[in-house]
Amino acid sequence: MLSPSAFVPTSHSNGCFAGFLNLPSSSATTFQFSKKQGSWIRKAGDTEITAKFELKPPPYPLDALEPIMSQETFEYHWGKHHRAYVDNLNKQIEGTDLDGKSLEETIIMAYNNGDILPAFNNAAQVWNHDFFWESMKPGGGGKPSGELLKLIERDFGSFEKFVDQFKLVASTQFGSGWAWLAYKESRLDVGNAVNPLATEEDKKLVVLKSPNAVNPLVWNHHHPLLTIDVWEHAYYLDYQNRRLDYISVFIDKLVSWDAVSSRLEKAKAVIAEREREEDRKRRGEGKSTTGKEATPTPEILADIDTN
Amino acid sequence: MAVRTLLSRKTLSSIFRNDPKPIGAAAAAASTQSRDLHVFTLPDLAYDYGALEPVISGEIMQIHHQKHHQTYITNYNKALEQLHDAVGKADASTTVKLQNAIKFNGGGHINHSIFWKNLAPVREGGGEPPKDSLGWAIDTHFGSLEALIQNVNAEGAALQGSGWVWLGLDKELKRLVVETTANQDPLVTKGPSLVPLLGIDVWEHAYYLQYKNVRPDYLKNIWKVINWKYASEVYEKESS
Repeated sequence: MLSPSAFVPTSHSNGCFAGFLNLPSSSATTFQFSKKQGSWIRKAGDTEITAKFELKPPPYPLDALEPIMSQETFEYHWGKHHRAYVDNLNKQIEGTDLDGKSLEETIIMAYNNGDILPAFNNAAQVWNHDFFWESMKPGGGGKPSGELLKLIERDFGSFEKFVDQFKLVASTQFGSGWAWLAYKESRLDVGNAVNPLATEEDKKLVVLKSPNAVNPLVWNHHHPLLTIDVWEHAYYLDYQNRRLDYISVFIDKLVSWDAVSSRLEKAKAVIAEREREEDRKRRGEGKSTTGKEATPTPEILADIDTN
Repeated sequence: MAVRTLLSRKTLSSIFRNDPKPIGAAAAAASTQSRDLHVFTLPDLAYDYGALEPVISGEIMQIHHQKHHQTYITNYNKALEQLHDAVGKADASTTVKLQNAIKFNGGGHINHSIFWKNLAPVREGGGEPPKDSLGWAIDTHFGSLEALIQNVNAEGAALQGSGWVWLGLDKELKRLVVETTANQDPLVTKGPSLVPLLGIDVWEHAYYLQYKNVRPDYLKNIWKVINWKYASEVYEKESS
């Protein structure tokens, strides 16, 4: 349930969580929606167990990124911080409307269009950490290849220029937060307007930063591909105040470009499927194109402060 | 024309100097732009790095003071210099763009300068409760010092991400307040009449090497080295 691979980005049209709903419904035999309690209940013999989020371990042992990211850092970062986000989220949502929702749905609902509900920070931090662990691998770093490299060179000029921008953005997040590489769709979000048919060139890679728990899932049309945690707890035991050293070594030695490539592929597949769907709708029932709701403008946080 | 240039430079430099004294036209003409600017420097601590142990380790104090605070000062000076240039060139876009860096780094300098004064080794009175008018005001507004401490600790523990928790005086309403600010926002960003009496840094860098993820323990312990004498002096001065 917590797997980033299960992430389906917010769909643009009405029913913006539609993409996420395949999680509970695809396992309809084990999950039933309880009207009485307003939550998903799993039948396990005679006992009813409310679905809970679980702390997912990183996809490698806790000492696998030594000496770049120490086992001690992992024991606190995953074993304490990440665990606390999971435990607190489970406590917070119990018996509320959010109980039984997928993690991604919980994030979007609790973000509440920017007027955030208490569960948002914990839910988003659970997701962010899962995504972060899977952004790294032992023996990572180096250079991406194939389609991803082509897009990086197209959108940043060169891989080196991308690295410079990523470092700058990550080091100038003033306070706790995250830096991201995301695949951004260029789409009009204007009331009844029909989008011009988006071409591949209208979608591009962008580097962004976000404060505290915020992540690109809450911005429309941003598909996260890579993240680095720049909360001090992510690097303080190993690098103390030297955030830039941590960011540099993360890029040079830890990034799992395989993971980034496969996320790009998935994002493209999701976008293509949705575009086909929209196209079918447009051609099939010409009058139904007016059903679109305006979506909020994404918060652009990539202002670069060169100080 | 030459005289006008000279005058505008002189006006500018007096804006950016802390020093209100007018400077001679000859001096202004001779000096470079950056020499006209006040350059902020790292204030000394009134105690040794290890003097707050075991509440705050010497290692934390040293990195916090020499590295973190110094970096805020370095970047604040840099941003002010860029601002000086931008204002001189009437470059509105750069002037506005610099505000984030000025607020963050200038705030970091202001906040840490207060924080160091808020702390004192136990043998120099750290942790001794306020007895004078501030003590009375705390009892009046919060019920007791213990109640205030509970309030500050709860606010500080609940703060998401990096920031500060404050005991402030609202000079207009003449009352004490507990407030939090995000990142390096100084207390005054929460209201122009707010004066900080006591600020506790709840950035992870303030406690992580010693307390790790357990921020509440750091908050519980720090009261043993709080310099109430300083807070009382500010209170006396600002409330009279």
